[in-house]
Amino acid sequence: MSALIRFDNLTLGYNRHPAVHHLKGEIVAGSLLAIVGPNGAGKSTLLKGIVGELRPLQGHVELCGIKREHIAYLTQQSTIDGSFPIAIYDFVAMGLWAQFGAFRGFNRAARARIEEAIAAVGLSGLEDRPIGQLSGGQLQRARFARLILQDSPLVLLDEPYGAIDANTVRDLAALVRRWNDEGRTVICVLHDFAQVRQDYPETLLLAREQVARGATGEVLSEANLLRARQLAEAHGELPGAAVCSSEVGASAEHRHA
Amino acid sequence: MSLIDTLAGLPLVSPFIEFGFMRRALAGCLALSLGATPIGVFLMLRRMSLAGDAISHAILPGAAIGYLVAGLSLGAMTLGGLVAGIAVALAAGGVARNSVIKEDTSLATFYLMSLSAGVLIISMRGSNVDLLHVLFGSVLALDNDALLLLGSFASCSIVAITLGLRLIVLECCDPSHLSRISRLSPLAHYGFMVLVVINLIGGFHALGTLMAVGIMILPSAAARLWVDHIVPLILTAVLIAFTGSLCGLLLSYYINLPAGPAIVLTLGGLYLLSMAIGPLGPWWNRLRPRWHFER
Repeated sequence: MSALIRFDNLTLGYNRHPAVHHLKGEIVAGSLLAIVGPNGAGKSTLLKGIVGELRPLQGHVELCGIKREHIAYLTQQSTIDGSFPIAIYDFVAMGLWAQFGAFRGFNRAARARIEEAIAAVGLSGLEDRPIGQLSGGQLQRARFARLILQDSPLVLLDEPYGAIDANTVRDLAALVRRWNDEGRTVICVLHDFAQVRQDYPETLLLAREQVARGATGEVLSEANLLRARQLAEAHGELPGAAVCSSEVGASAEHRHA
Repeated sequence: MSLIDTLAGLPLVSPFIEFGFMRRALAGCLALSLGATPIGVFLMLRRMSLAGDAISHAILPGAAIGYLVAGLSLGAMTLGGLVAGIAVALAAGGVARNSVIKEDTSLATFYLMSLSAGVLIISMRGSNVDLLHVLFGSVLALDNDALLLLGSFASCSIVAITLGLRLIVLECCDPSHLSRISRLSPLAHYGFMVLVVINLIGGFHALGTLMAVGIMILPSAAARLWVDHIVPLILTAVLIAFTGSLCGLLLSYYINLPAGPAIVLTLGGLYLLSMAIGPLGPWWNRLRPRWHFER
């Protein structure tokens, strides 16, 4: 498989303070890659670097065969104004921007695709409901429906399952697997190791720098996780930083010890 | 008896049949309702209502310099106002992006300086009547040129909103997403600011610098209490704006009130009425039967 993204000694950061150091390597087309690491490890920063929201402090990110504006990117924090009077249908339809732009009207086929995307995330029947009346999980489903319509070969997801119920997580995780089965490259920042082990064959463990990268089972070893924690502490993160939510208890014990 | 004679006997219509200045005022208000009010809807949805007020004050020194150069000339005051309004909108945004000063404070500082500079410039050369004209407008004194200008601004706004609705909606609803997926994001932002400024200048000629934003924000806020979807919201706001303008003009005619404040106060009254009985207002849910708790 050919490379879709190349990192060439990539350093990213804010106000000249690096958050990701000297990342090298490539992500091949069709990958299903989880990015894990403690808080402040640079996971979201890396995604921002890939979509071009952050300019590298050093090195560069090379996208092979895809334009930045065609990347489907689900941010960790929703930037949607929930009070805006827009119906779910119109909100999801914005995913067709790459095909229809700002000015072209939707034809019958496009309207069918919008309805299919809404059905795929289980929001059928709610098309006319304003987004301000949606629960957190429903809004996340609507954001996924918009991603479906973007029809991008590269999907970036930044902690997509935070604060949503188990059924919604199950449905959206199935959607992510289907995207990958269709040949799309999916890169997902996650904290739930059980889910990473279950769904993601490849993992990148970050702690401001690459700790390990490869098959998920090998990357999530005790030694690598300990090393990630030590690096996070060395980089000035909170003492006892946990790499994932299931480690919080262990970290607390570590601090008491 | 002809239709005109019949209509002339109706109190709600007769002022507009008898007097040309009332017809012109009504036409000006219609143009503002069609052009400025939809822009006001987006100002409100972008939480920029006060920014619109600030920019409306900011056009004063430009209009005042136009007045200083050419007297009460429509063209000179419009051009001056346009330059000053766009300059202040850009400068305030630039300061907010590049310093610790937030956008609301930045706009407030610029509009305070602009308002005082404008009043100072007009006072240097003009009379109190001229000052009242620019501060409170002269909707009952709109001439053909002024009407043409208001009509042109309204036409530009209607075309821009119709063609760019998807762009403006996404820019308001999810600006970060738009900036990622399209290079039109700056066009949406700055194009919208230009539309705000030209409509404020239109409002400035009719209602004056202090109340120009009234016909943009009050009908929008009133309509928001009735409607929860963007296109019906715009249409409702336009309807409220025109109804309020019509009622304001009639009040001004029959009770002998200044026309500009009468229009803005009527729009304020419609807003309060919407607050009281609008389905999205605070009272509606309290007064409605609570079906959930009934057996």
